[in-house]
Formats: sequence, structure tokens, C-alpha cells
Amino acid sequence: MKPAPFRYADPGSLGEALDVLAAEGDGAKVLAGGQSLIPLLSMRLAAPTTLVDLNRVPGLDAVEVTGDGVRVGALVRHAELLGNPAARTVQPLLARATAYVAHPAIRNRGTTVGSIAHADPSGEMTAVLALTGGSVTVATPAGRSTIGWRELFVGPLETSVHGAAVVVDAFFPALPARSGTAFVEVSRRRGDYAVCGAGVVVTLDADGLVETVRAAYLSVGPVPEVHDLTEAVSGQPAASADWAAAADLARTLVDPDGDLHASADYRRLLVGVLTERALASAAAEAAA
Amino acid sequence: MTTKLFGEPVRRREDARLVTGRGRYLDDIGAQALAAAFVRSPYAHARITDVDVEPALDVEGLVAIYTYEDLTGPMAEPLPVLIPHPQLHAPRTGYPLANGEVNHVGEPVVMVVATDRYLAEDAAERIVVTYEELPVVVGVDAARAAEHAVHAEIPDNVAARHHQETGDVEEALAGAARTLSFTQYVERSACMPLEGKGVHARWDPADSSLRVYSSTQASTSVRAAIAAKLELSLERVEVIAPDVGGGFGVKIVHPWPEELLVPMAAIALGHEVKWTEDRREHFIGSAHERQQRQEITVGFDDDGRIAALDVHAWHDNGAYTPYGIIVPIVTATQLVGPYVIPVYRVVVESVYTNTVIVTPYRGAGRPQGCFAMERTMDRIADALGLDRAEVRRRNLIRPDQFPYDHHLTFQDGRPVVYDSGDYPGLLSRLTSLVGWEAMEDRRAEAASRGKLLGAGMAMYVEGTGPGPYEGGHVQVLGSGKVLVSTGLTSQGQGHETVFAQIVASELGVPMEDVEVTTGDTRRFPYAVGTFASRAAVMSGNAIALAARGVREKALRIAAEVLEASPDDLEIADGVVGVRGTPGASIPLRTIAVLSNPLRYAFDEAAKQATQFARPGADDQPPVAVGDAPGLEHRDYFSPIRSTFASGAHAAVVEIDPATWEIDVVTYAVVHDCGNVVNPMIVEGQVHGGVAQGVAGALYERMAYDADGQLQNASFMDFLMPFASEVPDIDIDHQSTPSPLNPLGIKGAGEAGVIPGSAAIASAIEDATGRRISAMPISPTELYDVMRSPSAERTAAAGRRTEVGG
Ligand SMILES: Cc1cc2nc3c(=O)[nH]c(=O)nc-3n(C[C@H](O)[C@H](O)[C@H](O)COP(=O)(O)OP(=O)(O)OC[C@H]3O[C@@H](n4cnc5c(N)ncnc54)[C@H](O)[C@@H]3O)c2cc1C
Repeated sequence: MKPAPFRYADPGSLGEALDVLAAEGDGAKVLAGGQSLIPLLSMRLAAPTTLVDLNRVPGLDAVEVTGDGVRVGALVRHAELLGNPAARTVQPLLARATAYVAHPAIRNRGTTVGSIAHADPSGEMTAVLALTGGSVTVATPAGRSTIGWRELFVGPLETSVHGAAVVVDAFFPALPARSGTAFVEVSRRRGDYAVCGAGVVVTLDADGLVETVRAAYLSVGPVPEVHDLTEAVSGQPAASADWAAAADLARTLVDPDGDLHASADYRRLLVGVLTERALASAAAEAAA
Repeated sequence: MTTKLFGEPVRRREDARLVTGRGRYLDDIGAQALAAAFVRSPYAHARITDVDVEPALDVEGLVAIYTYEDLTGPMAEPLPVLIPHPQLHAPRTGYPLANGEVNHVGEPVVMVVATDRYLAEDAAERIVVTYEELPVVVGVDAARAAEHAVHAEIPDNVAARHHQETGDVEEALAGAARTLSFTQYVERSACMPLEGKGVHARWDPADSSLRVYSSTQASTSVRAAIAAKLELSLERVEVIAPDVGGGFGVKIVHPWPEELLVPMAAIALGHEVKWTEDRREHFIGSAHERQQRQEITVGFDDDGRIAALDVHAWHDNGAYTPYGIIVPIVTATQLVGPYVIPVYRVVVESVYTNTVIVTPYRGAGRPQGCFAMERTMDRIADALGLDRAEVRRRNLIRPDQFPYDHHLTFQDGRPVVYDSGDYPGLLSRLTSLVGWEAMEDRRAEAASRGKLLGAGMAMYVEGTGPGPYEGGHVQVLGSGKVLVSTGLTSQGQGHETVFAQIVASELGVPMEDVEVTTGDTRRFPYAVGTFASRAAVMSGNAIALAARGVREKALRIAAEVLEASPDDLEIADGVVGVRGTPGASIPLRTIAVLSNPLRYAFDEAAKQATQFARPGADDQPPVAVGDAPGLEHRDYFSPIRSTFASGAHAAVVEIDPATWEIDVVTYAVVHDCGNVVNPMIVEGQVHGGVAQGVAGALYERMAYDADGQLQNASFMDFLMPFASEVPDIDIDHQSTPSPLNPLGIKGAGEAGVIPGSAAIASAIEDATGRRISAMPISPTELYDVMRSPSAERTAAAGRRTEVGG
């Protein structure tokens, strides 16, 4: 469990990082917190020719909170986002989901953006980016561009960001008015990747009736999935909406796989259970 | 009194060192050593047709490559069968490096030595081994079906058929008022010490001697194995177990291939060589345990008293049997637990599979035996509509029946005769500790929160401290330091503390003056090893005897000097005094100096001693016949047979009927290990054992696919529980001292793990009303049970529905 040989670059600026990436070609990989990449190297499941360490690149470590949303720089650690009160106010899903990411030691090193760039469909932050309709900013030698979550996530551990490119930040839009959120999951051990997880946003209309219901699921498909469950409960009062009907709908919309820790059927069961629980709690929050 | 430490919850003296990073584990040794890495088989069963090392030769830093072809003499022969047994009719072992065939994924094929581990792995990756795949056998049922053979010359895959019986079971079953038959399974898990194995070897060409450090549970036997296999004279080999980060059984196996190959390379290369096992290697290259299929028939009367028990089990021993059939024997003989079983027959067939070898893991076959017996008790209770505690109570051996002879033969070849115990006492303490009588109230309260609550219990008797022997050496130095050594090894249990407590108490010296060394063949060359909960029983008593020998000699010398009778002397705080005569005293350290007639005045102690020294009689030799210089004593403890500890556990679970998550909300333990040297350490052992019991019940399994690939060979997918998954544990102690050893103690190391699966399965069954006949169980599996139309409902659940409407 020792990595194959690789070169290591320690650029002092984003430009320099992009230069190295461009020069090294496909074999180069960006290193952020290393919490996903280093284990892959140690097990020789990945053997990049060069690691381009972002950790000394200035300007990537900020959490910017505005009325529009939260912009999280590439070097912001999970722990930092979790502890950021302004971010929590503008988009409560961030802290709610981050609390489920691994354990403190890993949250102290692993980055939120790295977790998105890693595109694990079991990751919490990929689901939150999708659920909030977020995007990432990608820097390449040609300039910067914004990529929405749907375009970004291509498959398990695969994004549309290739070649000489660094994700410099991720943007999570603010929670709309009259909305509530919840994030729930079932994992085998505390801190494990979820067997199944659900994040939801419930938005009410001015009369306190359900206007929109959206849910994102972890560990149910190759990429984070967002489903609109509004039709099951549209126009119902928040306090007495038929969340079970929304849960039933959700069960029909997902197509999970089985693995060592859960059968496909069990995941589908959990999709329903977690949806119902999360929606009730999010609706109560929206109504409060 | 500071020196009466036996029985006190003294803090572990090794902890400060270990928790501040000052431990010296295998990988801390030999910074300049060459590193070994292994090419291991990626196939579960294959013929090796070619090994091409050529592509690795240009890896910079490569030092040597070894294949089977490079092994000579005894190294080219199969590894030893450590513990042969007449019923092990078809033993098989592997070679240090595969000889033409591999029988499990992870079997070592090539050893690479390079200047560091990274480079060794680079070279290993480039070596091309060509395999011709053979059919793969995974799991007891496939082994039993024997469509394919693991070893071609053993077509039924049966290595051993272990059989014991105490009467005519067929007749007894036929005569029983009722009988029940059922089948159940226990899955594989493993010891998983946080520190894997590791070996460091250094050859000194100047005096042709070899020093080996190994992360082992049996350094003296590793030494003997190395000497034999590498054809070295025993006195040229020393083996030291440094700090060892957990063993739990896997490190009692020896010699591991690496324990021979690393020294072999060190000698050949004239350079120190080290191998540190990594986690993946540990998963696929070390040992597992626990998989069994059990078919049980029990006959009993209308009161639930057992008339006869008939057990046929199939035990998955993996690809080879280096450790013999210890685990099947332990299952067979410990299954009977604390109960009177008038007629008992057991057959355990130990079968080959193309998986990692199976050797003892904490509990060593007892958890499976306990699962068989305790689930039988639950079934009887269910069939008769009796309380599960009551059925157990009716079958328990009574306190006046000791010594109790089960008429079975134990793993040490000795009869299973329980020395002492109070099993009804355990049960009544357990029911009050866990609140057994109030369980229906708790069930109702949980139901009001939407949870299914259930309780279960399990009892066990555990043979501990088997022989043949263990030794101890105690020496008092002129400085006042007391050096203690035993050959048995430590893996973090707290031996340093416990042995120091024993010596301080026996000798009357402050504990701070006692220094303990374990597992170092330079200090104590005869030992058996750490397993079977035997360290305190065996080395504890041996060290106590050695300390008593020192005490006797000290009193004899002091009596001469103080002109008193030895009977009037006492030792306290390291000073020998005449009872009732203040001032008439002499420090032990001074006696130590006096004990050696050669008394160069190198230090103050020697100078001080001269005031006591008297010229010897001219007609006597300075060292009397039969005496020896020095204040030291070596002694051995060799018990007539094992001593039997016992205990009872209860688990209360809460299950979420929507997600089928299982939460152990209460875990109660009543524990009897005779006289307790240090209750804090015993409780720590119980906690660790319970953690592994819960692990085996709810989290851990070895997930082999049909090709013999271990799918969860990492801590990401092998779910060793975190602290967050281990319940709080309530402990009560009972003490029935053992009459078989001077200190009256019984082993405590493994106890905690034994009843976990049985108690938790019972609790889940109680909560859900569905029969639980395979462990471990996860939420997804429980969901399958709950929705399966064929899942058996318990009678108790039916009765509850009737009562509750
Ligand atoms: C024991 C353990 C448990 C875990 N549990 C969870 C969990 O429950 N939930 C969860 O979501 N995660 C979990 N993780 C993963 C953790 O959250 C990681 O930190 C995260 O997935 C990756 O972040 P990182 O900064 O460590 O990225 P790295 O490991 O450094 O990189 C990961 C990948 O992303 C790429 N990358 C990183 N940053 C950028 C960038 N700015 N631009 C382009 N590419 C980039 C890298 O090239 C690499 O391919 C766990 C990790 C461990 C070790």
C-alpha cells in the first residue's frame, strides 16, 4: 500500500498550477485535501504521473457569503464550512450535510470542492450542489467558466472537468424564501458514506401551502439525483401534507443498485422512509 | 500499605508510554533496513505456470527477488502443522512461497527486497506471474457439496472429522418428551489488530547470530521455528516481541511465511531486512475465523430440561490447517457451557475452502459454540412458552456439583472438568443488572416511540489458562530494582502492570521498583505464548512462584544477618524487618548484594552491604552447596488442567421498524474470572471483548464472492465498529476462585466476545418475532427477513399478539 512513483509540483499561484497541469498532460492530478486521492494512490488504484498540490495557491481559501448564496473556495475544508455561521444562515443545507461527511479528522483536511470534484455519488456535498442548483467555477489556461451541476456530474467519480483545469470554487445558491430544508441519512457506522441519504427543500406559498418539493439522494445512482416531488403534495397545507405520497413517488423515481451493505430493495425502502421524514421536518421549518 | 497491590485497580503503567507515542512497535525498528514486499496471488485457486521477474530487474533500488526456486533445505518443505491431532486426517499447509499452486487470494508467491518499501512494491508490481485458474470453493456449504476440491487429493474437502460423545444420543433423543431440530450459520470475521504483523531481522556475521523482532504472540516458538527452518543453532537466534499493537489470536500462528523469509533474506544479504504488513495484506494474507454451519437436535422434557443434544457442525478452515483443529475442538467442547447435558454428541467437520486460513480469533470457536447452545435454550423456551432465563436456570450446573466432569476432552488433551463456578449466581446477578423482569415495560415504552425493543441473554463457560507451562524469573538487584521476566508475550493487555502488581504483593516491594519484560527470548527462553486467556493464569502464577522463591532466599539471608528466625521476618516497602522489633531490619537491595560473595565496591549499595557482611566460615565454600549467587529465582507453573471462567451477558436492542436499523441500547455483563488481579484491567478486557462481540453480531463479515475475492478488504467496507457503535456496558463481577492455581485466578482475555452474537440474535428475535438463525445480521438483511413470507415467526411473538390483542 505505497503509491507508485509520481512527480510532485507545489505551485505558488493558480497560473503556475495550470501551467504544470498543461505541461504534464493527462497523467497529472490536482491534490487538495488528499482524503480521497491519497488512499487511491496507496492502493495503486490510481497512478498519476504528477500531483499538482493546490495547498500553497493563494486566494482559494475563502467562504464568500452574499444574499445570493455561498461561494466556497477550493481550499476551504469541510470543517471550516461546517463552522461558518453566515453560510449556515444563507443555505442551511451546507452545515446540515457537512455534519454527515466522515469524521472530524477527515473534515479538517478534506475540502468541500475536492469532494465535488471527486464526484462520488455517495458524497453529501455533490448532492447538496445538485439540490441547491449550484455550479462550479473552473479555471483553465483559456480562462474561467461556470459549469452547472447537471453538466458537471457525468458518472461515478467522473466529471466533465478534464485536462488542465482547476475547480476554483463551488457556488451554492441561497435558500429561497418560505423554504425549509432537511438532510437525513442512514449509514452503517457513524461517519461512513451513507447507505442512502436524502436532502430536501420544501417551499411554501404565501398561504402556507406546499408550492415545490425537491429532493436529492445519495448512493442511489451513478450521479447525484434531484427529483421533483411536488405533484404528490402540491397545494396541501404544510402541517398535514401527505408526505407518504411524496415518499411513494420518490420510490418510483429512483433506480438504486445493490452492494455489500444494502440491497437495491433496501435502498428503495430507505428512499421512501428518509423522504417522508425529511419532508415533514423541512415543511415544519418552512412554516415556522 | 503500598505493596499490597493484588486486587487493586492500579492504572496501567504502560499507558503513558504508549499513548504519548513512545511505544516501540515493529515498524519503529530498523530505520536503515531493506524493505520486503510480496507478490501475492490474485486468484483463489490456480496453478502457477510461470514467474517472470525480468521486467522488475531494472527497478532502481531492487536488491533481491526470491521465488520458491530459491528456497532450499527445510525452507523448501511445507510449513509445519503446529498442532497435529489424530482426527485431523488430511492436514495441509502451504509453503513459505507458493510451490506451483495457490489456494487463496493473498498467498505469497514472490518476495522482493529493495532499499525501501515503495521501490519494493514498484518491483513487485512488475513481476509477471502466469496462472492457470482452477475451480474455486468458497464457504462451508460449497466445501461440503464438494463439487470441486481445494486440494485435488482430498476430494471431499474434509480435513478433519472431530467427534466426541458422552452416551447413546439416538436412544436419549428417542426417549425425550420433545425434540427440536434446526440449522444455523455464523459468518467469518477476523482479529484485525490495528498493528498488522511485521518482522525485522538482523544477521551479525561476526558472531553468526540472528536477532529477529516479530510482532508475534509467541516469540520463543518463532525462535525455534526459525532455527529449525534456517538450520541455525538455537543459541544463535534471539527473537523479541517489541510493543505489539494487538493480536487477538492471529499472531499466535507461527511461523508465518514472512517470519522465515525475512530472516532468510537478512542472512543472505548481510543486511537488516524488514517487512511491515499493510492492511490489505492483513485482510488477504493473515487469518480469519468463525464460519460454521450448525445442525442441532435437542431432546428435552416438558419443563425444558435437556435430555440430549446432538450437534453436527461444518467448520470452514480455509485453505490450510497450520493450527490444526483447535477451533473445532473448542467449539465442540465449550458448546455445553454452564449446563448439564446428560447425553451429548458432537461432530465437527473441518473443511477446506479457497480462502484465507482460519485460526483462533479471540474466543476461538467459543462464540460459535455459545451461539449453538444459547440459541438452543431460546428455542426450548419458545417452544414451551417459558421465560428464557427460567429455562436456563433449570439446566444450570449447581454450585455443589463442582468439580463437574463433562466427560469431554479439551483442546489441551485434558478432560473438561470445571474447577469451580456459581452459574445460578451469574444468572440472578444478570437478570437484576439488566432489569430482565421489567422488560415488558421497556418494550411498551419503546413501542410508544415507534421502536421495537427486545432483550436477549447468553451464558458461557470458558476454559482458560491451558498448559503445558509458563515460567517466570524474578531478580532483585543491588540498586533495589526488581527485574521480572516471562517468555510469554504482550499485545497491549497490561501485563506489565499486572505482573508488577503480583510481584510487588508477593515480595513486599514498591511497584515502582518492579520492571517487567515479556516475550524476549534473551531474558526467558521457555514459553508457550499468549492465547486462550492464559497470561495471568500461567505467567501470573509462575511469576508469583518465582517471587516466592526470591522471598524465601531473602528471608534466609536476612535471618542470618539479623540473627532471627525466618518465621519472624516480614518484608514491607522493600525492607526486611523482624516483626515487633523496630530497627532490626535490612533492605532487600542490601540482601541482594550480600547474596553474591563477589562484592566489588562499584557502587554505594555494595559499600553499604559491607557493614552486614561477615567473614564466611573457613570450612565452608563461599557459595554453599545447593545455593547460587544472586537474589533471584526462576520457577514454572504447570497446571493439571485448564481453569474454567464463566459469565452471562444480556443485550437490549431497539429496532427502527421503518429502516430496520438495530441499536444496542443496553449491554450487561456479569463476569467471573476467579480472583481478580486488577479489576480495571479486567473491565478493559471485557469492554474490548464486547466491542468485538457486537462487531461480530452486527457489523463485521468477510465478504468473499464466488471467485474467492474478498470484496471488503479495507476498513472502508469491513465494518469494524467505531466507539460510536459500541454500547455502554454495565458490568457486575462474581468471584469463584480457581482451586487449580496458587493465585486462584481464571483467564479474562477472551470472555467479553463470546456471547455477543448469541445474546444479540436473541434480542433481535425477541424484538421482531422472527427467527434469527444466521449471524451477523445487518439492517438490509433484517429487512429481508421481515418481508420474507418464509421467515419463521417465533411462538413468543404469536403469544404476545394474542395478549396484546
Ligand atoms: C475514512 C473516510 C471517510 C469519508 N467519508 C466521507 C463521507 O461520509 N462523505 C463524503 O462526502 N466524503 C467522505 N470522505 C471523503 C472526503 O470528504 C474527501 O475529503 C473528499 O471527498 C475529497 O476532498 P479532498 O480535498 O480530500 O480531495 P482530494 O483527495 O485531494 O482529491 C479528490 C479528487 O478530486 C480532485 N480535485 C480535488 N480538488 C480539486 C480541484 N480544486 N479542482 C480539480 N480537481 C480537484 C483530485 O484530483 C482527486 O481526483 C471520506 C474520506 C475518508 C478517508
